[in-house]
This record gives sequence, structure tokens and C-alpha cells, in this order.
Amino acid sequence: MNYDAKIPEGPIDEKWEKHLEHVKLVGPNNRRTYNIIVVGTGLAGASAASSLASQGYNVQSFCFQDSPRRAHSIAAQGGINAAKNYRDDGDTIFRLFYDTQKGGDFRSREANVYRLAQLSRNIIDQAVAQGVPFAREYGGMLANRSFGGVLVSRTFYCRGQTGQQLLLGAYQSMQRCIHDGMLTMHPRTELQDIVVVDGRARGIIVRDLVTGEIQSHAADAVVLATGGYANIFFHSTNAINCNATAIWRAHRRGAAFANPCYIQIHPTCIPNSGDFQCKLTLMSESLRNDGRVWVPRKKGDDRAPSTIPEAERYYFLEERYPSFGNLVPRDVASRNAKLVCDDGLSVLGDKGRAVYLDFRDALKREGKQVISERYGNLFSMYRDITNENPYETPFRIYPAPHYSMGGLWVDYNLMTSIPGLYAIGEANFSDHGANRLGASSMMQCLADGYFILPQTIGDYLHDIFQDKVPVDHPAFAEHEKDVRDRIARLMAAGGTRSPMSLQEELGRTMWDHCGMARTAGGLNEAITHIDGMKDRYWQDLLVPGTAAGPNQALERAGRVADFLELADLMCRDALHRDESCGCHFREEHQTKDGEVVRNDEKFGNVSIWEWAGQGKPHVLQEEPIEFKALPLMTRSYK
Amino acid sequence: MKFTLHIWRQEHESAKGGFQSYEVDDVAPDASFLEMLDLLNEKIIARGEDPITFDSDCREGICGACSTVIDGRAHGPGLGCTTCEVRMRSFKDGAHIHVEPFRSKSFPLIKDLMVDRTALDRIIESGGYVTVHSGPKPEPNSIPIAHIVAEEAMDAAACIGCGACVAACPNGASMLFTAAKISHLEILPQGQPEQQDRVTNMVHQMEGEGFGACTNHAECQDACPKEISIAFIARMNRAYARAMLLDPIKRRGTMSNQ
Repeated sequence: MNYDAKIPEGPIDEKWEKHLEHVKLVGPNNRRTYNIIVVGTGLAGASAASSLASQGYNVQSFCFQDSPRRAHSIAAQGGINAAKNYRDDGDTIFRLFYDTQKGGDFRSREANVYRLAQLSRNIIDQAVAQGVPFAREYGGMLANRSFGGVLVSRTFYCRGQTGQQLLLGAYQSMQRCIHDGMLTMHPRTELQDIVVVDGRARGIIVRDLVTGEIQSHAADAVVLATGGYANIFFHSTNAINCNATAIWRAHRRGAAFANPCYIQIHPTCIPNSGDFQCKLTLMSESLRNDGRVWVPRKKGDDRAPSTIPEAERYYFLEERYPSFGNLVPRDVASRNAKLVCDDGLSVLGDKGRAVYLDFRDALKREGKQVISERYGNLFSMYRDITNENPYETPFRIYPAPHYSMGGLWVDYNLMTSIPGLYAIGEANFSDHGANRLGASSMMQCLADGYFILPQTIGDYLHDIFQDKVPVDHPAFAEHEKDVRDRIARLMAAGGTRSPMSLQEELGRTMWDHCGMARTAGGLNEAITHIDGMKDRYWQDLLVPGTAAGPNQALERAGRVADFLELADLMCRDALHRDESCGCHFREEHQTKDGEVVRNDEKFGNVSIWEWAGQGKPHVLQEEPIEFKALPLMTRSYK
Repeated sequence: MKFTLHIWRQEHESAKGGFQSYEVDDVAPDASFLEMLDLLNEKIIARGEDPITFDSDCREGICGACSTVIDGRAHGPGLGCTTCEVRMRSFKDGAHIHVEPFRSKSFPLIKDLMVDRTALDRIIESGGYVTVHSGPKPEPNSIPIAHIVAEEAMDAAACIGCGACVAACPNGASMLFTAAKISHLEILPQGQPEQQDRVTNMVHQMEGEGFGACTNHAECQDACPKEISIAFIARMNRAYARAMLLDPIKRRGTMSNQ
């Protein structure tokens, strides 16, 4: 298989425009003869579905939630980047490209990142036109804040609910398309398989989560906007139902998986406080604008934080990275929190791991009112969860799995290696390299959904004009049978353990060996453990009830089975990538003060993994990455 | 901590439902209400019985999926929080806790604590949007919006669509939900061109779905996890009255989608 990214020729700032001049189009009168399936209704899925429906295509949209408005993009807090340069602080499209490329530690595809930076401006315009209530300055202009890894203020926000407002904007557009009869919504419906006929994606098999019915849906193109797989760690900042089933099922049908080992561990989360916990709560990175991160210099210092004098506080980010300070990128902030805790400086003592995020100085400087306007909801959220008041005592934070940069391999048109199957948003791999910068995920989702996919999908659809595969094609019945068999197998497992407890076991292994620091030994250990779990899973599992109705244990059981297979691939990818880069930190490859050491010669590429069949090892391919517009450099935030 | 839970169990909409009692002990005070239910479900599964079905997703109070009535209050004790944000420390050790679904004629029950709230989506579908296609748009700073206006729009836009307002209202009204969306878009200049049709269609859709009318109990405001004010209902009523007065003037038909 040839992984041609189809990157247009020409200078980087002209590629996208030139490309648009040459993509094939479908005429407005013919668009309604095409069916497009969009799975997932987060920022990427909702924006794509509404854009395609507005263009006149027949769109079928699917989500497992009870309403498309509940997709987990809704929980994105801090903001969305755009190179508007409203502050006149030196921001340009190139600088956003530069920051993203450097933030991703030179493991993303240059042409995609540049296009993302170009389109970032349009996203704000689009959202404002929809009525998204972005924060405004007193004069009525749009307000900005700063985020990690950059030296400009380019982040637009709606209090701490930016994701919610952007998603509602896209959701409302979807509802308008439903009203206009161009879009059909299927809530509480979960994808079970992708139907591939003669090498092209032709539809999907789904399970109705209310009736348990297995249904086939045919289409001319299928778009996966099904998010990431951080729940592979069990404890993560993702919603508890986020899963990898759609992308994994697509992978098993032939869509290659790229860079599975790149997982972002977010620095500012509320630490794990007990076995009862089902997820970890994230608090916006924007807190690092005004909060200072520190631990006591002395081991086992159990004095109240407010009584520890300045000289005995170790502001480790400010000391080690004077120019970026507390606003270093997420991977750097997380790794340093881990390092100081490894040194025994955790502020939870032997009860757990955490560092302080202190607003004492900001409160003194700005006053309580200003701080509460900026971060009030985050302060009260922390207080509700921990019963501690961050106005009086510093936050205690620790990193938690948050976002997967890896995902399905896509070309410049966002098409996977299965013709007719697209992957957008977090589900694909292309834009964030080995580490994503804050406020960039929403930017990518909306660029993909509003502006890229709706322009590039015509190129494929044009070629299959009047070439239809109806839903009564035998392939659908075969795929349906596979799905029914698998569900029957899950129901009949007859073991003693709940899907949740098995997911927890997998999560612990992944966190210990494939989390913030990885070693060859640890990864091999994890692979052995996961191999054992894969075999045991179908005996250990216990799913009560029936498959003919709502059964949340069954839903989870299917997702965990897919996580198990993906976990194996993640570990193998992490083992193969014998270098450190961004979030992928191999302890064997570090400088003496703990910074990552890349090996560009050998690993300046995308790892592309092909499914070779059940029980067979994956096949590895590589896509070389170009560094023309921005030459390789050692990433430094010192 | 230790609790006795009385949880509403019902196989499907037309089946007979009732409270079933469960004992839970060894609950951490910092555990959330839904984490406590997770633990209970683990025990139920271990016994090979059918676990309690309930909606939840983000578990941080923003997606609006979770929807239970705890001891007679939508989303349970405390102001401004969703079911998933309720912590067990807010109950007395040894307490008896009653757990029910959001009850409303317009929210048909699916199973146990899970209900169908698609009626709320249909209210948005009837007009809760600004009609814009994807593509180049004017520079957003060309329409200045005063800080206080944007903040007020945001107060209304913060609605998470959970339906607690409906569950809390003695009349089963969804007016707080509907008013929040109408107000969000009415306050902003972007919402002006479609304002009249929006308010008319959304109010009619709301009534058509079988939701009740507001008689100023203000229970919705108390139950709202985002503390949205009933002042927005007054705003909606004004907008609706205005739209009705203008209606007899024959306006040209609305534009179709193409």
C-alpha cells in the first residue's frame, strides 16, 4: 500500500488555495443524490455534518449520546487559537504554524499544519456569525488570553466554556439542517462496523442503544469524527463513554493507524484520590496564565502551603524555563511535575502525587474580583470536588491522560487509506505531531469540519457518480452477521468480572508502562500483560441482562475489547519509536536534565500501522515528514 | 459512609415501575453520586443481576446527560450543580436516599433512570439558531458587542439542555430551556434578523411537545445547574408578545434552505 499524502506542490502558503483550484466538485443539482454518513457529533462531526448538509448533500449523522449536543467537545474549557493578531503582539499565520510545529516536536505534517493556521482566522468569523458569545473587551472588541507554548495572546474564549459554546453553534447549525430536511439525526446509536465493498467505504453497521437492534446504513462516503482514545488509561479527562471502537473497527477493515503512541497527558488535573474515581477532572490550562506551579524544596515538608516561606518554594517551571515559565507546553509541564514527584516532593506526601498551583500572588496583584471573573467557575469546580478553597490554599494538581494525537492515517484531503472513508478531528493523526498545544484541538476540529472536508470530499464523490452500493448488497448482511456474532460472544462470555474492572486493569498497565515515561523493558512487560488479557478477556468478562434493549455493560464490554487491541498497538508503536519526542518520552533518550532527545534521522517520520488480520502482527509502513518551511531545531522553552 | 438507596427501577415505558432498595457501604465522602452508583452497579453485576441504567457522560457538569431526581430534587441537593457533581459528603452518613428519573409527560421513560429528552432537541430544531452556511464571513470586530451584552448573552447560552427545569416545574414547563436559547440569540445582534420567526416557532414547538406553561414557581431556576435566571422567561414572553403583535402584518415568506 502506498501512503501518498497527496500534498500539493508549491510554496507552503499557496498549497491550499492551489489545491482548491484543482479539486473536483459536485454540482448543486447532483449533491442531493449523494448520501454521506457522519459518525460523531463533536466539534468536527457537527461542523462537517452541518456544512455538508448546507451544501445540499443528504447527510445521516450518528451519535451514541441521547443528543448530539452532548459530545465531549462540550467540555473543552479554555479557548480556541486563531492568528488574528488583535493584540498586535507579533502574531502571524506563520507564527501559529511555527508554534504548532515546534509544540508538536516536529512530528506533524507541515502542509496540514500551515493550512490549519491559515484557516484559524475563518473559524472565529464563522463562530461569531453563528452567535457564539465570545468574551468581549469593554469597547466591544473580541478579547484574548494566552495559552501554553506560545509568546502571543491568540486564544479566544467564552468564560471557561468555550467548547460548549462552539459545539452549540455547530449543533444549532445541525438542527437547522434537520429542520430543512437535509440531515437525519440518529442519536443513541453506536457504530459497530464499517462496510467496505471492493475497497471502498460504502456504509456502516450500527446498534440502536435503546432497542438493541442491529441496522445497516449505506452511503457514498463515511466520515468518522469519533474522537480520541485517552480512555485506554481508564482514568482520563475524557467522558466515560469516549471510545476507540469506530476508528478501531475501521482499522480492522483496512484503515491504517498512524502514531498510536502519541498521547497527551494534561498537566492541570485534579489528582486521583481513590479507587472509587471513574474519571479525572481537568482544569483549564488557562489557570497557568496567573497561577504559579511549585513544590516545597524540602522532602516531606508537611507545613500548610501558606506558611512555607518564599525561599523554600521550588517554582520548578519558572526556574528551569525562565522564558516560558509556567506557560511551557503541556508535555513539558507534565513531565516536570512527574520529575519533582519522583524526587519525593509531592505535596500529597505518601497519599499520592500532586504539585501546587498557587494564585496567592495573582490574588494580591489583581484582587479577588478580577481573578474570579477570569476563573470563577474553575475555582468553584475545584472546591466542589475537593472541599478545599483555592482562594485560600493552592490548587493541588497532577497530570492526567487527555488527548490522543495519534489516530487514523489521512491524506491532505482527510481521507483514510480506505477510499471513501474520512477521519476528522481527534480521530485522525495529522496536525499535532507528538504533542498538541492548548486551544488547538477545537481549532483543528472546526477547520476540518467547516472548511476542509466540505471542500475536499467532492473530489472523491465526483469519481463515484452514480456508482452506488445499495443497502441490500450481500456485504451488509455479512457485516451485520459479524456484529451479531461478536455481541453474542460478549453476552455469552460467562466470567465473573465487569467490563469496568477489566478496563481498570488495562488502564493501570498502560499508565504504568505507556504513560508519561516509557522504557523498552516496561513496554515489553505491558505487551505481555495485554496479550494475556486479550486471551482472558473473553472468559473473564461478565455482561448481565440481554442485548435486546438498553445494556450499558454490553456497550462498555465492546469498547474495552477494542481498547485491548489498540493498547497492544500503542505499546508496540512506543517500543518501535526508539527516541523521545513531545509526549513520547523514552527514558533511554534524554539529556542529563531530563529533556527529550529526538532521533530525526531514523524517526523523522509517521509510523503507519496496517492491520494484517486477527492474531497476525501489524505491518509497519512509514511516511517521511518534510521540514522545508520550518527547518528542524531542538525544541527549547528555556 | 453508608447509605440505603431507594432507586426507581422500570424495565420500559409501559412496564410497571417501583422503588427497589439497595444498601451501599464503604463509600468515600469525596465520591460523586454517580461514582457511588457505579460502585453499586459493580456489586449488582457481580451478583449477575441487571445493573441500574442511567445517563451520564462527561462527569464534570457540562454535557447535560445525567438526569436524576434525588430526594425529590432535580440533580439533588445543592445549588448550581448536576447529578454528577453531587458529592456524597453532602448527605448524612446512614441516610436513606430516593433516586428517580426526570419525570415529565414529554420525557418518555426508556429504562430505570434514563429518559428520552429529544423533545428539547426539537425545540432547538424549530428555530434555535442563526442561519449561516460555512464559508467566509465578515470580520467579527466589525460588529462591536459591549462587554456587558456579551456577558448577558453568555448567561443565557450557558444552558446545558439537561431538562432539570422541566423535572422541577410543577407544570412540567420547559420555558427556562426555551427562554435561555431565545434570549441568547435575541441579546446578540447576530440573532436579530430571524428573531420574530424564532420566538414564534420555538414557543409553538414547545407547546406542541406537551410541555406546560409557566406560573412563576421559580423551581426551574433553583434546579438549574447553570443557575439561569427566570428573568429570561419574562424576556421570552415579551419577545413572543411582540412577535404576535407584528404577525398580522403580512411579511414575505421565509427563505428556504437553498
